[in-house]
Amino acid sequence: MIERLASLFTDPNTQWILFGCMLLGLCSGVVGCFSYLRKQSLMGDTLAHAALPGICIAFMLTGTKSMLLFLIGAGISGVIATFGIGWITRYSRIKSDAAMGIILSSFFGIGIVLLTQIQHSNYGNQSGLDKFLFGQAASMIGSDVWTMMIVCGILLFVCALLFKELKLFSFDPGFARGLGYPTAVLDQLLMFFIVIAVVVGIQAVGVVLVAALLITPAVSARYWTDRLGVMVVLAGIFGAVSGALGTLLSSMVQNLPTGPLSVLSATAVFCLSVLCGPRRGVLSKYYQTARMKRRIQTDNSGQSQSIKEGAAS
Amino acid sequence: MIDFWILLTGALVASCCGILGAFLVLRKMAMIGDAISHSVLPGIVIAFMISGSRDSFAMLLGASLLGLVTVFLIQMFKQSGVQADASIGVVFTALFAVGVVLVSLNARQVDLDLDCVLYGEIAYVHWNTWSMSGVDLGPKAVWLLGFTLLVILAVLGLFYKQFKLCAFDPALAAALGIPVALFHYLLMGLVSMATVSSFESVGAILVVGLLIIPASTAYLLTDRLGRMIALSAGIGVLSTVIGYGAAVVLDASIAGCMVCAAALLFVLAFLFSPKHGLVARAARRRRLSRQQLGA
Amino acid sequence: MTKNALHIEGLSVAYQKKPVLCNVSFEVKEGQLVGVVGPNGAGKSTLIKAALGLIPSLTGQVQVYGRPYKQQRRLVGYVPQRESVDWDFPTNALDVVVMGRYGHLGWFRRPGAKEKRIAMECLAKVGMTDYADRQISQLSGGQQQRVFLARALAQDAQLYFMDEPFVGVDAATEKAIIQLLQELKRQGKTVIVVHHDLATVEEYFDSVLLLNVELRAYGLTRDVFTRTNLHQTYGGKLAFLDREKVSL
Repeated sequence: MIERLASLFTDPNTQWILFGCMLLGLCSGVVGCFSYLRKQSLMGDTLAHAALPGICIAFMLTGTKSMLLFLIGAGISGVIATFGIGWITRYSRIKSDAAMGIILSSFFGIGIVLLTQIQHSNYGNQSGLDKFLFGQAASMIGSDVWTMMIVCGILLFVCALLFKELKLFSFDPGFARGLGYPTAVLDQLLMFFIVIAVVVGIQAVGVVLVAALLITPAVSARYWTDRLGVMVVLAGIFGAVSGALGTLLSSMVQNLPTGPLSVLSATAVFCLSVLCGPRRGVLSKYYQTARMKRRIQTDNSGQSQSIKEGAAS
Repeated sequence: MIDFWILLTGALVASCCGILGAFLVLRKMAMIGDAISHSVLPGIVIAFMISGSRDSFAMLLGASLLGLVTVFLIQMFKQSGVQADASIGVVFTALFAVGVVLVSLNARQVDLDLDCVLYGEIAYVHWNTWSMSGVDLGPKAVWLLGFTLLVILAVLGLFYKQFKLCAFDPALAAALGIPVALFHYLLMGLVSMATVSSFESVGAILVVGLLIIPASTAYLLTDRLGRMIALSAGIGVLSTVIGYGAAVVLDASIAGCMVCAAALLFVLAFLFSPKHGLVARAARRRRLSRQQLGA
Repeated sequence: MTKNALHIEGLSVAYQKKPVLCNVSFEVKEGQLVGVVGPNGAGKSTLIKAALGLIPSLTGQVQVYGRPYKQQRRLVGYVPQRESVDWDFPTNALDVVVMGRYGHLGWFRRPGAKEKRIAMECLAKVGMTDYADRQISQLSGGQQQRVFLARALAQDAQLYFMDEPFVGVDAATEKAIIQLLQELKRQGKTVIVVHHDLATVEEYFDSVLLLNVELRAYGLTRDVFTRTNLHQTYGGKLAFLDREKVSL
């Protein structure tokens, strides 16, 4: 086991994977904060499923596996999916949760049909595509990580640049529109960030679990702070740590996939946050409620005391 | 005969999901259905490791229990201040990850193809039959699904009014002394059961499709709960039939085609529903504005 | 001698750190029409919900006709706030009123012809007979409120809790509701209404309960509904009340 751990720091391949997973956690943690604050956490899940047909079509049209093409394909189908959800909720009495479920499952259904089509016809290197359902971090190579680095770098840079605007937009979109912000653009931008995080993550952790990296670190970060800036940084760190832990664990035990382990690491961080977070955490809340109950009870006895005294006088 | 078994399986899945889906859609819990369908995976794997078979009734119970655990955890995190959406996301991804890890760890013992977890293998349903003293009684999946449908019908038949009131106005239900939490978990238990027994034939994500899409379609077509439930099941069955036909023609994933068919029917209802459709709404608006102009 | 319809003792509710309701105790005699009045966030709705056990309370007991509320559920009717339900639910007005009978039906019996008849009578009492078959989303706000009242009537209770029944309804409905409340009172029923419009308190209610987290004052309207008490209940916000020219 120690040998394996040692190999992690010498083997360039493992180093790339480790670096890639950390980068992925960092990016999705940051993006996830905004979707958490906009109460759209499950949007990541929906867009991850909706990306599948886009990726399949991109592959069918070009016959190559390249992250940039997948990004374009997933981006387009992601935009269609968000518009679809918008249309359904606006023009019918169906609520947003069902609309999300409808879009998620029908896009995924289309994706599965396309995937079987790809498998049944003679595309050269099709074998990699079905790995996207569950992800395979081990298949990441240096050039993939370079692409990831560029894409994530741009994403983080834009986030930092537009931090003030995104903050206001997430908090109060109506007011932001009143100030003359192009809210539709910001909305699509955040949506596109999610798509980026999804496409970057899909290779490593797969369609289903990529949503976890968007949700869990952000929720965990919320427990430790009330400031958005701190929360974004914390979520990024939590994401990166989960990615690193996942890679380390999977390199130590054979047969264990990196993606699910990263997700479970993120979940462990989450559980810790729920328990121990200051003010919002379970322990601190329990303490507060107990104190409140005691205070009210002493108040009560004090009051009945004074009533009795009043009756006596 | 193969076609018959596949269609029967599909129809049973669609009926189970359609009936329960109506309640999920009305209670705005569509995504909880999604969560349950993912997080029963570890339950299925554990039960499989213990019992060694894929479609025993023990597995049905064990995995359904995990569905209830999911709902309980989501509720718990929500109460401790996590947003509803986020707590759903955290819980189901974590449990699904546990499931994937379990499958990977026991790849040799567990004969579960991970891809099938997502989109099922309804085409092979007729291979796994149940025979008693030499007599072939048909696919096990059909028996399992039939049993599930029976349970669903019995429970809903007995407690229809409670489920209805809990869905419409839980506050009044509680004030009347109906144990709202019990019926909540009962419904969730049924959803878990339906998910587990459909899992093998249509997979986790397509179960969600059959839970939510036909129910939403029915929601656009009628204004009565009873009719909505019946329509939802009917539309579900219709989409499995259309989907199977399409799958045969296209030589593609059967379950995938079934969900695509359901989606197509939804789009039709969304556009052309006599009361709530896009076209009807536009016509009504035009008529109104014309009346306004006339007056 | 009139009986006590409701007796609440030391009821406290807290959401996390903030106390929403602090040690509230009062009793209501049978046949009274009580208005619960207080500023926003004073815990008016919380009082009703906690009394009905819909939200957990930290401390306190609730007795209905001398026995714990849980044993007396059938004697209690409830009209929630109109926004608390999804009016897109696929059902019609008559069906909603029939739901009021579920408490009397027990676990397994289904509503039959008798329940439908009672529900129709209740709809008639609120003047909604013509709308029985209407899908509920097609009713106006006032009509929806009337359906809710009809449902409470169908519960055939002795003690009613109503949460803001006058919000968002037209003048005709408001009048119809208040007539209904008077009618209930004549039949010896007790009604507790969360109310926000100070201008109509004196006209509508015999007794008034001023609430702002704690119980500030409670008694007959003419004794309790005074400027001093309102000042105490509403604090600094009374400047706004003065401008509204509340007739005190």
